[in-house]
Amino acid sequence: MNPVHRSILSSTPGLSRRTFLGLGAAAAGVMLLGACGSGETATSATSIPRDGGRLRAVFAGGGAQEVLDPHKTNLYADVARSNALYDKLVEYGDDLGPVPRLATAWRPNGDATIWTVELRPAVFHDGRPVRAADVLYSYQRILDPKNALRPRASLEVIDIARSRAVGDRTIEFVCARPCGDLANVLAAFGAYIIPEGTTDFTAPIGSGPFTFVSFEPGRSFVAGRFDEYWDGAPHLTELEILTAPDETARINSLLGGQVQYADDLGVTSARTYETDARVQILRSPRSSMSGFAMKVDRPPFDDLNLRRAMFALVDREELVSTVLGSSGVVGNDLFGKDAKYYAGDLPQRRLDLDEAKSLIRKAGAENLTIELQTTGATNGFVEAANIFAEQAGRAGLRIDVKVGEGSTYWTRTLDEGVLSSFRSGAMPIETHVAQRMLSTSSKNYTQWRRPEFDTLFATASETTDEELRARAYKQMQSQLYTEGGLLVWGFSDGLHGLAPNVAGMAQNAPSNTLGYARFDKAWLS
Amino acid sequence: MIRYAGVRVGLGLAQVLGVLGIVFVVASVLPGDAAVVIAADDADPGRIAQLRETLGLDRPLLTQFGDWLTGLIRGDLGTSAISGRPVADMLASALGPTLTLAILALLVLIPLAVALGVAAAVGRGRRMDRVISGVAVAFYAAPEFALAIILVAVFAVGLGLFAPTAVGASGPLLMQPELWVLPVVVLVIRPVCSLARLVRSSMITALESEPTRHTLRLGVPLRRVVWRHALPGSLTPATQHLARVTDWLLGGVVVVESVFALGGLGQVLVSAVSSRDIPLLMGLVALFGSITVTVNTIADIVAFRLNRTAGATA
Repeated sequence: MNPVHRSILSSTPGLSRRTFLGLGAAAAGVMLLGACGSGETATSATSIPRDGGRLRAVFAGGGAQEVLDPHKTNLYADVARSNALYDKLVEYGDDLGPVPRLATAWRPNGDATIWTVELRPAVFHDGRPVRAADVLYSYQRILDPKNALRPRASLEVIDIARSRAVGDRTIEFVCARPCGDLANVLAAFGAYIIPEGTTDFTAPIGSGPFTFVSFEPGRSFVAGRFDEYWDGAPHLTELEILTAPDETARINSLLGGQVQYADDLGVTSARTYETDARVQILRSPRSSMSGFAMKVDRPPFDDLNLRRAMFALVDREELVSTVLGSSGVVGNDLFGKDAKYYAGDLPQRRLDLDEAKSLIRKAGAENLTIELQTTGATNGFVEAANIFAEQAGRAGLRIDVKVGEGSTYWTRTLDEGVLSSFRSGAMPIETHVAQRMLSTSSKNYTQWRRPEFDTLFATASETTDEELRARAYKQMQSQLYTEGGLLVWGFSDGLHGLAPNVAGMAQNAPSNTLGYARFDKAWLS
Repeated sequence: MIRYAGVRVGLGLAQVLGVLGIVFVVASVLPGDAAVVIAADDADPGRIAQLRETLGLDRPLLTQFGDWLTGLIRGDLGTSAISGRPVADMLASALGPTLTLAILALLVLIPLAVALGVAAAVGRGRRMDRVISGVAVAFYAAPEFALAIILVAVFAVGLGLFAPTAVGASGPLLMQPELWVLPVVVLVIRPVCSLARLVRSSMITALESEPTRHTLRLGVPLRRVVWRHALPGSLTPATQHLARVTDWLLGGVVVVESVFALGGLGQVLVSAVSSRDIPLLMGLVALFGSITVTVNTIADIVAFRLNRTAGATA
């Protein structure tokens, strides 16, 4: 659900080197300021869209191992390519609520076990219409356990064998259990619609705004404007998606005019070039949540006092200003800030060392050493862990930071250890809870298992009564806030660079939502 | 001579096979596998188990290695566990940039290092020598990524003389000097320093040896003594060092490829290891192993010819 910011294949992780890269970026910036003193006439983006041109965008990407199967979408470069070629039935909007795409309407029966979904008139790149059969085929492929595809976990509420096409553009989805909010399911990460029968993705066909032209894994993906696109043909004639694992390479290629969009910049680069006429910084607000996961089912964090001590001893402001720079806000130990159903009215937790010390005493943890697992492969993890360990020290708790290897980090920390660095991309609160907070959740990093919490979630997800659902989410979040094991200290913006002549990009889209990594509304002035 | 070469080649083949076996074992005992990597932060145990079965990772290790070796004998390197593309294709497309850079770097490196080393040796103890030696030590201490970042900031982004990265470039690298000049400079700086120092010290030994001094006393011009008499003998240690530099260049210097987004073998190696893509990794090891053994064998044979007593030290 949340592609990692720096690719897992990130070339040379390591604090010292990053720090140096930051310095390098700053040095380049200083030189630039000198170099572009007379070039201030840079064209400001005009408000009237202009057609034509090729936009080149560079993403972190997965090197030579990249594939074009939209159901295997994982990294941000995959998202960008899939968004160009394909559509989903529904997408997440800026607040993670549903926005109609290929589906125009979705209606439940009385007990929300059957949903009727209407499709809009749309065509694939080869001229065939998008039909109910294509949707059913796509979902069958995702749901086939043999394929082990990522969106399966989100779609599994759909009983695909009993679902059927009522007409060419009407589908009846049968749910395995009542499903109060099907739109959220249809918008799942990677749930793209492909034409019926597709098994080969070497020259893929979708219904998205751009048609496939060429693909060289690890280098370049080129797509051309699709004139028949249901949402209006793109302004750009061509879109090229490139990949570079190194952030320095991405920002340098933007500065050098080799690309017009550079995805996922570091805080230092963003700050350096914020006032530079050659770069516009585009923010994806609240794209990522940063925190620590305490496992509540085992010592020492099975003691609520110690969990509360951790909530009280963390200096969120310090973490946000040091690790996230100016590109983040503090968290309140809950997922999904500013998303639909977020419990924004719970009091903001603040640093309280006296409270923390007394809770640590109560828990009898004064002489305890707790191991904190982290990894250098994810940007900011080690920095945050070290600062957090120091903060815990101020309250008299010893935290021992253990930096582990990146590729297996998420599998390892799922059930090993007691405390680990945690982050997540933006997703609806429902998805977060379903995948991480239920007794049956497969990615329960805090090992939070409460039957009464599960019941609340069942109510929220099965009802079609909006008010009842909102109330249930409020109760769930209040439980997590007081007793949970997820310490959320901050939310950061995704940072991207644009050339001065790029316009029309969505301004407030968190990563993984409709407006992120989409170029069909963009133009070059 | 031929017998010496034959022994070296046979030994080399055995070395490659040995390395393949060791790497396979080491890669297999690394924590996690390709299934875990594909799942990434979506670490659902059920999905991982299914992926493992699909990828054939649940088979016994010996079976997996046996299958791979059988494939290799038929000239089939298998398919990548992550992308499903043929390993041979992936290696072929990454070999181009790496080979281009390595050859260009060697073409600059060898004459430059020999010239600097000889100049420093002939003028030993005087200002020329002190300048060359001082600069060599200073540059040798600078890490590649630092050099790369500074050079890009000044010559590409600042002055616009070269392309800052190879992002979006197409066509053969060789035909696009704006793409390869900076990477080659970064690649060459450190080996030039180390190689020049080696040439210098063995040249000094040669120049101060009794036979050379005697030749000079006989009235043979210095230039002729240096290039014809002293240099060939003093190149032996340099040749062997050069073989190691070549391995290093062909291994694709990860940092240089990464900063310039060149997509060569170094990048493939990093992603193969970090993604536990064993077929891809084994393909790379087979390629690297053959290259290393070939280069070192050639170096040994050359050194053997330059100086027949040096063969044993390889």
